[in-house]
Amino acid sequence: MALDTVVIAQTTPDNVQPFAELGLKPDEYARIKEILGRRPTSSELAMYSVMWSEHCSYKSSKVHLKQFGEKAPKSDALLVGIGENAGVVDVGQGYAVTFKIESHNHPSFIEPYQGAATGIGGIVRDILTMGARPIAVMDPLRFGPADAADTRRVLPGIVAGVGGYGNCLGLPNIGGEVVFDETYIGNPLVNALCIGVMKHSDIKLAKAAGAGNLVVLYGAKTGGDGIGGVSVLASETFGAGGSTKRPSVQVGDPFVEKVLIECSLEIFAEDLVVGIQDLGGAGLSCATSELASGGSGGMKVALDKVPLRDPSLSPEEILMSESQERMCAIVEPSKIDRFLEICKKWDVTVTVIGEVTDGERLEITWNGEVIVNVPPRTVAHEGPVYNRPLAQPAYIDQVNSQKVNIPMPRSASEIKAAVLKLAGAPNLADKSWVTAQYDKYVQGNTIQAQPDDSGMVRLDESTHLGVAISTDANANWSYLNPYQGAKLALAEAARNIATAGARPLAVTNCLNFGSPEDPGVMWQFAESVRGLADGCLEMGLPVTGGNVSFYNQTGAVAILPTPVIGVLGVIQDVRKRTPMSYKTSGLELFLLGETKEDLAGSEWAFLHGQRVGQSPDADLAREMRLIELLLEGNTFFTAAHDLSQGGLSAGLTEMVLRHNVGATISLPNPAIDLLSETPGRVIVAVEANKVSQLQALATKYSIAISKLGTTGGDLLTINDSVISLDELRTTHTSTFPRLFG
Amino acid sequence: MRVGVITFPGTLDDRDAARAVVAGGSEAVLLWHADADLKNVDAVILPGGFSYGDYLRCGAISRFAPVMQLVIEAAGKGMPVLGICNGFQVLCESHLLPGALTRNSDLHFLCRDQEIEIVNNSTPWTTSYKAGEKIVIPLKNGEGSFQCDDKTLAELEGEGRIIARYVGQNPNGSRNLIAGITNARGNVVGLMPHPEHAINELTGPSAQGLGFFTSILNAMVK
Repeated sequence: MALDTVVIAQTTPDNVQPFAELGLKPDEYARIKEILGRRPTSSELAMYSVMWSEHCSYKSSKVHLKQFGEKAPKSDALLVGIGENAGVVDVGQGYAVTFKIESHNHPSFIEPYQGAATGIGGIVRDILTMGARPIAVMDPLRFGPADAADTRRVLPGIVAGVGGYGNCLGLPNIGGEVVFDETYIGNPLVNALCIGVMKHSDIKLAKAAGAGNLVVLYGAKTGGDGIGGVSVLASETFGAGGSTKRPSVQVGDPFVEKVLIECSLEIFAEDLVVGIQDLGGAGLSCATSELASGGSGGMKVALDKVPLRDPSLSPEEILMSESQERMCAIVEPSKIDRFLEICKKWDVTVTVIGEVTDGERLEITWNGEVIVNVPPRTVAHEGPVYNRPLAQPAYIDQVNSQKVNIPMPRSASEIKAAVLKLAGAPNLADKSWVTAQYDKYVQGNTIQAQPDDSGMVRLDESTHLGVAISTDANANWSYLNPYQGAKLALAEAARNIATAGARPLAVTNCLNFGSPEDPGVMWQFAESVRGLADGCLEMGLPVTGGNVSFYNQTGAVAILPTPVIGVLGVIQDVRKRTPMSYKTSGLELFLLGETKEDLAGSEWAFLHGQRVGQSPDADLAREMRLIELLLEGNTFFTAAHDLSQGGLSAGLTEMVLRHNVGATISLPNPAIDLLSETPGRVIVAVEANKVSQLQALATKYSIAISKLGTTGGDLLTINDSVISLDELRTTHTSTFPRLFG
Repeated sequence: MRVGVITFPGTLDDRDAARAVVAGGSEAVLLWHADADLKNVDAVILPGGFSYGDYLRCGAISRFAPVMQLVIEAAGKGMPVLGICNGFQVLCESHLLPGALTRNSDLHFLCRDQEIEIVNNSTPWTTSYKAGEKIVIPLKNGEGSFQCDDKTLAELEGEGRIIARYVGQNPNGSRNLIAGITNARGNVVGLMPHPEHAINELTGPSAQGLGFFTSILNAMVK
């Protein structure tokens, strides 16, 4: 293919260009011509097409996501908000923590190992880019039915990919989710979260300021991987008869990334960069346009200087390549020698590819000829915005008007069978088969990890300051009521860190939905965003950033609306956290929160094939009182465990099995008490002499409290139902090995 | 006492090992794979991780690092050397220890709290333990299955050079449940599980790994 330059573009205005194949709509193409005053060169077309894709431009979601800004609660903790690579919050003692969650859904369906691995790699670079040392990862995952043939292909590969990459980076994996539902069969969800820590003064931003400063590319060489991956993989469905374009998924090299992390941190420590951006989706197109756009706008890049793994790549391909483990830095000329020296120490390939200029144009040359000359903001930030039609789908009234109608256990043997059924259900069964493939110990600061309610890491060994984080979603509730579903997921994530004694501080989110071109899906999305924004405002928690993944759908079937919400909190002294279970006999077990007949969207209903009824309403005022109660009670609780999917039945199972100490429980209405999933409930274990203190707290915060029973023995006894811990454990732990080997 | 902790590109548990050295009462001296001297250390730890990505064979490239030539030389003169996980693999590749670590028998990376029995408490790294003492420390690796030929195995068993064995079900297919071994002289120890991740109950399953680091202080002071 002959080189297409700006000069040629000016003289051949009528050349036919493959904009549709690159995913651009006719009006989008027309707008590019209007911006440039001519037809784009093929390189410019490549850049606009990837940067204006749904994945990069958020063109369908932007109009809704702005609520996170408009409804943002006042927060002194927020240091860097939405728009940068990741949000940053102040956690005290001079420390800042950055965290973010992203999806890598589509690539993980095509190539599970590499899709998941590069999902971890990408989010870790986002965190590193803020100037932070990455300190932990989490991975909320969703799959088709546990016993489906394709799940046996996808799940082991994804788990191995998450582990293979994260373990090799030396990042403890401290939690996540594994959830199965038939709607994810062709669209598994791989969401990856990373947390990083730094001092306030070390925060780095993606901006190219200061004319004469150098544009430096460092890390892996550029190859042909993932070319057009962002645009095509994330913007088109896998329906029959659809596009046959399925370009290669990116391939990750965690060793290169580990070296890149250490090399970058050494560079940051010596304050050698003005601005920095990682190369992820849309590669150099994204990094150069975002850096230039974040600065004064002017930048010159000589694309032929980019070191290549494959010398046959065309300039368009180099611009679109999504080769992993690359970073782009803006460096003052006086600091470049030291920068190069540190790269040499780490054997990291480094090349000066351009410089910041006075102008407002991003100019890219290929062997001296100008192939790109664009206003960078139009590429990076001023892409198309769609206010897509939305309409409440017909199913909502239909499912909301039905009542859950499922068999409820009555006799002692039926109750025992129900508890065991839930304990062994794939969504609730022991996940050690998964988590044993992840290193949770590396770095030596892990305080809590799966199966605890939240992940917790220590930030400072001398002051014992730490952070806790949990990610949650209940897609069944979101399906029944996306507005309430998002609020309920937010409340659950906040509760999950509060049970340990961490105060919720900030929110991230990964919004996984079907096609935005379906008005029903768009309505689910809009309602979810509205719910989350309202919820965050009410709970006083700022949204620091997030990610939207659309087109998770196979043919006409969209995934359940799955807004995964992550809440980060601070704990002043990790030594004083409240664990999720107890080790001793003779403790008193209490339930905080009232149990109503909330079976809609419950695991018990799911197991009986019913997804009807009305989701519970989130009572966030009550959730906030419960959180305050938990934080105050942290000083004397022996254990506290959140109830969510699987209700009290699952909560008791997890508690008694954790340290193999049983419990004797007495319930007035065992079927509902065990199986209902009323939100805002926590099991608390206290010593007998602390009961009055607990009751006083419940009164103070107006939270319902009821006695469940006492701890001890090697049985879980619920009224007349008696289950040996051995039997319970066997049921709980055998599901995953049976399914996945 | 000065205990060196070597960082290769791709090493992960270096800071954890240094923390454990300090907790054990010694001074941790950070060594870089390209270093040309051992900075007067009294002992050396090769920590866990994926040195050079472990793409060829675990530890196969690290053995050629400049610092390893110094370690091999010093080990020959009796300096105590402890290789943990990837460090154990490097010691085998360097022929300071016999045998090899291969893929776990179930082919998965495995991270879990593992009970091991200290079989030999006479090495400079194990004197804080009683012979036969059982401890729980993390095991985390993908290639932890210790393999060697029958003759070597007989030597290791016969000469009391197995320093630790897995208790209970074999986690990775290691011959004779071997979790750690030592060389004929007894100064070089390779261990697959991670004592540096068990120096307190807050961040590890126990504090029972600390003995390796108090042992080395005692050995040096004597």
